[in-house]
Amino acid sequence: MKISSRHLFFALAAHVGLFLGLGLYTFVYARGYSYLTDDPRACANCHVMKEQYDGWVKAPHRNVAACNDCHTPHDLIGKYTIKAKNGFWHSYYFTTQTFKEPIEITPTDRRIALDNCRRCHAPIVDAIDGPHNNTKRLDCLRCHQGVGH
Amino acid sequence: MEKHSKAYKTLAAGVAIAAVASIAGLALLVNIFERKQEAKNPFFRVVELDDAVEDPAVWGKNFPLQYDGYKRTVDMKRTRFGGSEAVPRTPTDADPRSLVAQSRIEEDPRLKTMWAGYAFSKDFREERGHAFMLDDQTFTERQRVVQQPGTCMHCHASVYVPYKKLGDGDLTKGFEKMNKMPYQEARKLVEHPVSCIDCHDPKTMELRVTRPGFLEGIRNLKAAEGVKDYDPNKTATRQEMRSFVCGQCHVEYYFKGPEKRLVYPWHNGLKVENILAYYEKEGYKDWTHKISSAPVLKAQHPEFELWSQGIHARSGVSCADCHMPYTRVGALKISDHHVRSPMLNINRACQTCHHIPEAELKARVENIQEATFKLRNRAMDAVVDLIADIEKAQKAGKPEALLARARGHQRTAQFKLDFIEAENSTGFHAPQEAARILAESVDEARLGQVVLRDPGYKPTLTRLDK
Repeated sequence: MKISSRHLFFALAAHVGLFLGLGLYTFVYARGYSYLTDDPRACANCHVMKEQYDGWVKAPHRNVAACNDCHTPHDLIGKYTIKAKNGFWHSYYFTTQTFKEPIEITPTDRRIALDNCRRCHAPIVDAIDGPHNNTKRLDCLRCHQGVGH
Repeated sequence: MEKHSKAYKTLAAGVAIAAVASIAGLALLVNIFERKQEAKNPFFRVVELDDAVEDPAVWGKNFPLQYDGYKRTVDMKRTRFGGSEAVPRTPTDADPRSLVAQSRIEEDPRLKTMWAGYAFSKDFREERGHAFMLDDQTFTERQRVVQQPGTCMHCHASVYVPYKKLGDGDLTKGFEKMNKMPYQEARKLVEHPVSCIDCHDPKTMELRVTRPGFLEGIRNLKAAEGVKDYDPNKTATRQEMRSFVCGQCHVEYYFKGPEKRLVYPWHNGLKVENILAYYEKEGYKDWTHKISSAPVLKAQHPEFELWSQGIHARSGVSCADCHMPYTRVGALKISDHHVRSPMLNINRACQTCHHIPEAELKARVENIQEATFKLRNRAMDAVVDLIADIEKAQKAGKPEALLARARGHQRTAQFKLDFIEAENSTGFHAPQEAARILAESVDEARLGQVVLRDPGYKPTLTRLDK
């Protein structure tokens, strides 16, 4: 049997349409749009970070900083690059159920959080960090681990 | 065969890719849907549970995830100082097991000397998981060396329903009746190893203590602390219950009197000297040592007692926090019912509180265990030396009063050593306490040797404890 190019074109159109529709529905159903916002509830969508969210609600930073204030860079490109990268890997590990729990922050993400401590607290910590650029930076979280959540 | 144009091929490939993409999209949608459903329904009630349902498989219909973990206690995995290894053996009519754990008395033959004349010197293997508790007790060679009582069932079987049946609804009466039976007769009344109903209320799933031995033991302990008529099922907090249900069995005990009543010797407290003082007052001995004729005691897995002296207990960390840590299954979070060594599950067991790498945590634990193990070996040498010295003194016809003094030192040294040796954490549950007890054991054994050589010897310092 011969399948004409015309038939193939319709099949492609139908499949692409199906994929787009399905994709859009999944995006809405899984509240994908919420990940583009700064709403902290989005981070607990898939339950894994519920403890961190619950902790943040009761922690001292709740009125001044939400998840993205500490966990994403503050330039537009950096912010959405990190969101895309972490978003992809979090979805991947959650879907395949292959992640460590209690969860552990990656070195990159820890560095971002430490940068953000300094973004607000620089006036105080500049003096602690010291004037020498080649000195190893102090790790705020080593002592202030529970400050965010 | 007809030749297709390039555009035709591209189109066909496009269709295939789009189809695969749709399938992947749909699979993702279904996966998200499943996770959302799991989050909505923590469990489905498919069977009605009541106080007479003993079979864990029935409970497992309502709680498949917990049941799945529970069944995994069949695993045999070593840790550095504990855990069990699967050793193949040829099944016999008397013992149909084709796998057993490694023999501890073959690993360290000094144990045979320490337990000479007691059934443990004939067969003592590393403990295996909960799933094996009934079989390993039924088929151990100790059964053939000595007539064991039905009391053993208290902790080697799911005994709540059988006790109630035997006591016509009265748990304690059933307990007393079964204690008096010979082991083999009582064995016919039980079917499962520890099961759901032994720790959970079937209606609310709340934790509850079902073992009369623990209920009486903790009542005596609390009475010594000034609390009258303590009942954990009425007054204990949930966090306390997360240790008490384990303490129902992971404790030191003895069989009292001809009725073989199971008693936890906590009348003066949980420390080793409190327990020893109780045994002294009762004039109790487990057996007479075959070589030295000393009236000696056998300590049995005092995990609850040693843990209670450690930093984790002091910080409010329960048994279940480390041995049954929370684990995620899909969107759900449950207690891991695969009860096992935290060393096989460091991420969940330790890292919830200790935010340091797994390798470092493991090294810290093994550091403690190695130190304990070295001290334990010193103490074992000292006890074995003392036994040899008493044997020599007996042959030399030394006076009975002197021998009795040396035997008293052996009794104390041996019990203190066994308290840490039989305990299943190699000192980790309370490192400083374990080291103290072993140091005292060494001292006690060497004192016994000194006394035999120099009957007039008195310790330089006033010894405050016995």
